[in-house]
Amino acid sequence: MNEQYLINAQIIDPKNQIDELGGVIIDQNGKIKAVGKDVSNENLPKDAKKTNLKKMILIPGLIDMRVFVGEPGYEYKENFRTLSDAALAGGVTSVVSMPNTVPVIDNVSMVDFLKRRGRDKSRINIFPSASLSKNIEGKQMTEFGLLKKKGITAFTDGVKTIQDPQLMSRIMNYASQSQSLIVQHAEDNILSKGGLINDGEISTRLGLQGIPALAEKIIVERDLAFLEEYMCRYHISQISSEKTISVIRKAKKEGKIFTAGVSINNLSLNENDIGDFKTFLKLSPPLRTEKDRLSLVQAVNDGTIDVIVSDHKPQDEESKRLTFAQAATGAIGVETLLPLALELFHNKSIRINQLIASMTSNPARILKINKGSLDIGYDADLCILDINKPWVVKKSELKSKSKNTPIENRKLQGQVVMTFVNGEVAFNRN
Amino acid sequence: MAIIKKLKAVEINQNHLLGIQDLSFSEVNQILDEAKTFIELNKSTSKKLDLLRGKTQINLFFEPSTRTQSSFELAGKRLGADVMSMNIVNSAIKKGETLIDTAMTLNAMHPDIIVIRHQDSGAPNLLSQKVNCAVINAGDGRREHPTQALLDALTIINRRGKVQGLRIAICGDILHSRVARSNIYLMNMLGAEVNVVAPKTLLPHSIERLGVKVFNDMKKGLDGCDIVMMLRLQNERMQGSFLPSPREYYEYFGLTPDKLAAAKKDALIMHPGPMNRGVEIDTILADDINRSVIREQVELGVAVRMACLKIFCKKK
Repeated sequence: MNEQYLINAQIIDPKNQIDELGGVIIDQNGKIKAVGKDVSNENLPKDAKKTNLKKMILIPGLIDMRVFVGEPGYEYKENFRTLSDAALAGGVTSVVSMPNTVPVIDNVSMVDFLKRRGRDKSRINIFPSASLSKNIEGKQMTEFGLLKKKGITAFTDGVKTIQDPQLMSRIMNYASQSQSLIVQHAEDNILSKGGLINDGEISTRLGLQGIPALAEKIIVERDLAFLEEYMCRYHISQISSEKTISVIRKAKKEGKIFTAGVSINNLSLNENDIGDFKTFLKLSPPLRTEKDRLSLVQAVNDGTIDVIVSDHKPQDEESKRLTFAQAATGAIGVETLLPLALELFHNKSIRINQLIASMTSNPARILKINKGSLDIGYDADLCILDINKPWVVKKSELKSKSKNTPIENRKLQGQVVMTFVNGEVAFNRN
Repeated sequence: MAIIKKLKAVEINQNHLLGIQDLSFSEVNQILDEAKTFIELNKSTSKKLDLLRGKTQINLFFEPSTRTQSSFELAGKRLGADVMSMNIVNSAIKKGETLIDTAMTLNAMHPDIIVIRHQDSGAPNLLSQKVNCAVINAGDGRREHPTQALLDALTIINRRGKVQGLRIAICGDILHSRVARSNIYLMNMLGAEVNVVAPKTLLPHSIERLGVKVFNDMKKGLDGCDIVMMLRLQNERMQGSFLPSPREYYEYFGLTPDKLAAAKKDALIMHPGPMNRGVEIDTILADDINRSVIREQVELGVAVRMACLKIFCKKK
């Protein structure tokens, strides 16, 4: 690979506080050699081949902390190749894969399998997470030490919560010695039992059993109480309600060290979008009220929420063409994560720096990986963005193997033009 | 009379009867006016008409039902339709067939109307998107039971002349009740004042947003009411404990002569059935022919369903 010169781009790198017109030099090994306004046409050799990005936005490749792959066990929903294509078209260069597969990712032999498949079939970086409990049963903790040594970056039961307080306290206590990252999906499964959508006027009208916001708050409060005793690396996967935000804001103010995420769905949609029983909007955590959504947006803006995820959960048509109660939960989103998030920039809800940081440098900091920023020597994982390009979401054009997008026909502004992984063009729209 | 004639001229815009929420005021009145024409017929010795001769009606009941299913069956037969009631217990659905696959199979037999009852809210809506015939909702989950509300309205009109201006109390297990929801929409639409009376654990979230006054004290809730609608305690839908015991429920929310005294002297007692005597209603009140119109509800139910079948069968 020759040295490459990308010039005339609006570079935004929240971690290094770069927001300027300039360029990037990628060395022979696909690493970042130089970045910023000094990388310009004038400063580079005249005969060198340069790529003029015509003032488009250049940001670090995105990191999506919550993605369901489908391998092994659900290959008909999504495989590493289709996931990779979808991610790259959305400017996502790294994902944390969830362990909710068949079999569950709960032992070291599975990690080798995942890494091999991920390397052979996908062009993005796969950071597998392993489950917190064996077989996601919430009874016996997994081998945090051994799994971490094998390269597991995070531990989570994915769609499930560790319900047993005794087990959770022991997990947090034990994990603190190996510095393992614990990621909790916060929902009390007894309070939410049988629930399908947010508990409120809409659930009353549709006759669907509600999931109270308290089911989320109560787990977050419990875990934060444990955190006081056992200082481990703790991250709340996705929060959905205003009630939980006030708990988190208060705890952070008191100096507790932990982080929290939110799904782009909860930032961009609310319970009214469910309309006439649209099963593509059956999500976990559920879409809540417009008031909750506005609070979540505010919480991203002021740093109470650190990370935005796609919560990419492919479901085949068969598992969605059912009554609302019987339909599977989840929506795809890795390809539309950034364009949908940009809606919040265009309508002046969230500052661009904060928005980009929540999908690049913040997840990198939490996961402790050398990604998500344009540091010299880092892999050149880049996303080139036409921030004003209007387009309409059509499920037939999305690259994921499953087509359960919650935003079919939504008009968006901003589209990924090129994606680089390790200095190579892995996606080019033109 | 001129007004009624005018209303009759209004076309029903819906292809299906999925819920009261989808109906307009004039559509409701058209159904009720049509139903009135069948009341006398149903009392006569020769009850059979040929309005729906050659039409096929399929009753698809995923939940056990006595009165609604037989009422729809009788209504169809009296209009001359060929009525088939599916026995779900022995059908492919028990073998894991999805609702849509069942719908496609039935659709291939070219029915003109499907009457569906399902334990999942929204199931009739899903069905209506997949079949070429009209769909009538005979109760879905906790969402709606439109023909029950329509027959309740007809019963009230039959006794009191109109619904407008009446004060109606709906009492009991509001949380799990589709009858309560459909009646709240319908009675509000027809101009009644609606109170709901229930223990706090049996009230759905934000129920007041549906336009009702909420009471946890039954005597206060019944105060000055013209109509007292009792609901069945739906034990089969309850997951976990909502109440300490039937005994305590009866003490505070069972309809007794003492509590009924708070309502108007001539207040009517209604119940969609089946009743839990001694749990939500005192046996003497349930059988009091001067106050209870429970049997009349069943009787008029057939007329209302005949009207619905006639109107919606023609739609497609």
